[in-house]
Amino acid sequence: MTKFTSRTGLSRRALLKGAASTAIAAGSTTLGAPMLWAQNIKDVTIRQFGTGVSNLNDVANKVKEDLGFTLEMTALDTDSVTQRAATQPNSFDIADIEYFICKKVWAAGNMQAMDTSKIANYDKIAGTFRSGLLTPTSTIAQGTAPHTVGFTSGQNGTEFIQEESGWMTLIPTIYNADTLGIRPDLIGRPINNWSELLNPEFKGKASILDISSIGIMDMAMVVESMGEYTYPDKGNMTKEEIDLTLGIFTEAKKNGQFRAFWKSFDESVNLMASGEVVIQSMWSPAITAVKSQGVPCVYQPLEEGYRSWGGGLGISAALSGLELEAAYEYINWYLSGWVGGYLMRQGYYSAVPETSKKFMTADEWGFWYEGKAAQGDILSPTGDKLAGTGEVRDGGAFLDRMGSVVCWNSVMDENQYMVRKWNEFIAA
Amino acid sequence: MKKLLENRNVTGWLMVSPLAAVLLVFLVMPIALIVIVSFWRATEFSIIPAFEWDNYAFLFGSPVTYTVFFNTFKYAFITWAFTLIIGFTVAYYLAFHIRSLTWQVALFLLCTIPFWTSNIIRMISWIPFLGRNGIANSTMMSWGVIDEPVEWLLFSDFAVILAFVHLYTLFMVVPIFNTMMRIDKSLIEAARDAGANGAQILWNVIIPLTKPGIMIGTIFVVTLVMGDFITVRFMSGSQSANVGRLISNDIALLQYPSASATAIVLLATVLITIGILLRFVDIRKEL
Repeated sequence: MTKFTSRTGLSRRALLKGAASTAIAAGSTTLGAPMLWAQNIKDVTIRQFGTGVSNLNDVANKVKEDLGFTLEMTALDTDSVTQRAATQPNSFDIADIEYFICKKVWAAGNMQAMDTSKIANYDKIAGTFRSGLLTPTSTIAQGTAPHTVGFTSGQNGTEFIQEESGWMTLIPTIYNADTLGIRPDLIGRPINNWSELLNPEFKGKASILDISSIGIMDMAMVVESMGEYTYPDKGNMTKEEIDLTLGIFTEAKKNGQFRAFWKSFDESVNLMASGEVVIQSMWSPAITAVKSQGVPCVYQPLEEGYRSWGGGLGISAALSGLELEAAYEYINWYLSGWVGGYLMRQGYYSAVPETSKKFMTADEWGFWYEGKAAQGDILSPTGDKLAGTGEVRDGGAFLDRMGSVVCWNSVMDENQYMVRKWNEFIAA
Repeated sequence: MKKLLENRNVTGWLMVSPLAAVLLVFLVMPIALIVIVSFWRATEFSIIPAFEWDNYAFLFGSPVTYTVFFNTFKYAFITWAFTLIIGFTVAYYLAFHIRSLTWQVALFLLCTIPFWTSNIIRMISWIPFLGRNGIANSTMMSWGVIDEPVEWLLFSDFAVILAFVHLYTLFMVVPIFNTMMRIDKSLIEAARDAGANGAQILWNVIIPLTKPGIMIGTIFVVTLVMGDFITVRFMSGSQSANVGRLISNDIALLQYPSASATAIVLLATVLITIGILLRFVDIRKEL
């Protein structure tokens, strides 16, 4: 569904620009301090949109409390997010998007790069987003790794630069390693491989997500695990490889392997919690949501490794003056730890773990990041119990999980072909 | 000026112009725009004005298109058959078995109660009912009718058609009820006096006179089902597709030209279908 935003923002924006230039003029003459606009920053409204994972009302409330300005949030599904970022640049100020979407929207020129010298915690950002290396010795996984689309040549640059150039396309905020979610109580035996998704044992009880850029990677993991084919590069398939991959899944679909496909986060939660599905592609907080309903659910680590993704905040090309300053202020605040802590307690990783640590208890940090057994009850940010004393996080410590990442969500060279084939798979 | 206004031609044009303007802006222009875009070219992140048949070539060249159009007609036909039988029966009962006007109105309003909530809610409420561990399955299991849950109740064509019938039967009841209420009761008495039995009256008197209502209901149901995408998506668990879903998938993936081409083909198909339907009954005569 297409969502159209009707807005009366034109006059508001014009007004703000006026206010901003007055403030800056006043600032340069009297104090010359960049903080002068703090007087009218309360009138600023920043419009952010993104997927449901990090567009949380708690964040908007905290922004109002800490920074004084209003943050308006819109949560959409992944496809709608791409669509809006690419086609409606005036409908947002901040885009909370995934790195692979960068490849699609950056060329449209709707976004502006950010000056890393204005980002206070830039040095503390995880290596994955800068050099691409998790640890100095790690190898880079296949697919659209964040650092490959993370830098550009200047504020209005449209090409990607493969080194730290000082201009970031997105300021990274969040990432995670994804795997299959299972219902251990309904399966009753250990699951160790991606190939189990197409195991006839789970006929009519499996599901996969209907978002092509992510789904194709899950499929590739399954195909490799089945021993059908080994891709030279999963993140950039040829037409033949796309046909092969979708062919295997179309056959499984026709044999009734899948109960349903899901597109939004809550659909995956309902499928799992109701027992319609016992094994499916899933996202970390969806597991959390199923568990908090008292239903057993495991984010199963698999031998072949994880499929990973990363997200960050980007700024609309239309932003300037006071609002641009407010956006930088907001992003700096975002990296300063409170949001990171909040996201970490949902099972994601913060792109700036060091600052997030300050906003977590030692037990929470040990459980979520270090893979240690919980000392007491582990609660979600909203207060639901997620784990009891002695329990360990699925997959263990940060380095064990992120160290086993074998591919990133991708946009391929043959993306358009893949998308059409994907559409056929859904319709088949 | 006064003379000009008195000219019958001019007043005639002036009187139709508001409606013509509204139709032009809200019907003709959007469709023209869709036609134009359907010839454009799309890359992943941009749409380029062009005139090429690629979108149509891809559409007609893909076997999936034919499956999907077949599916769309299948849904429309089965839904039409069920809504017609149920709708006709309900309308017949209301029009000929309920004697007092008060009760007719009261029962008719009763039929509309489900419409007080949104149709998405009405549709989604079937999901927990039909699910593997849903009310239908657990009830049947406790009665001993089945030993293990019936899988095809949810996320299947059955679920899609059930939801369609539930959503759209009223669109059949209303026009049929309306035409039935206008049938002159003395015609039925005359038929009875001439010796016709109940079945003969139904077949030779009531059905022919109700045809316009049936046709209007049919047009409602067929166009609604053929244009739907959300019911198919939710009730089939994204596993089945009709043309509407093809379009919505294209839009979600930024393939606007391809979506437009599909929309144009769907529009033509629906218009042809309605054209054929109108061959059977002259609804204008009856309105």
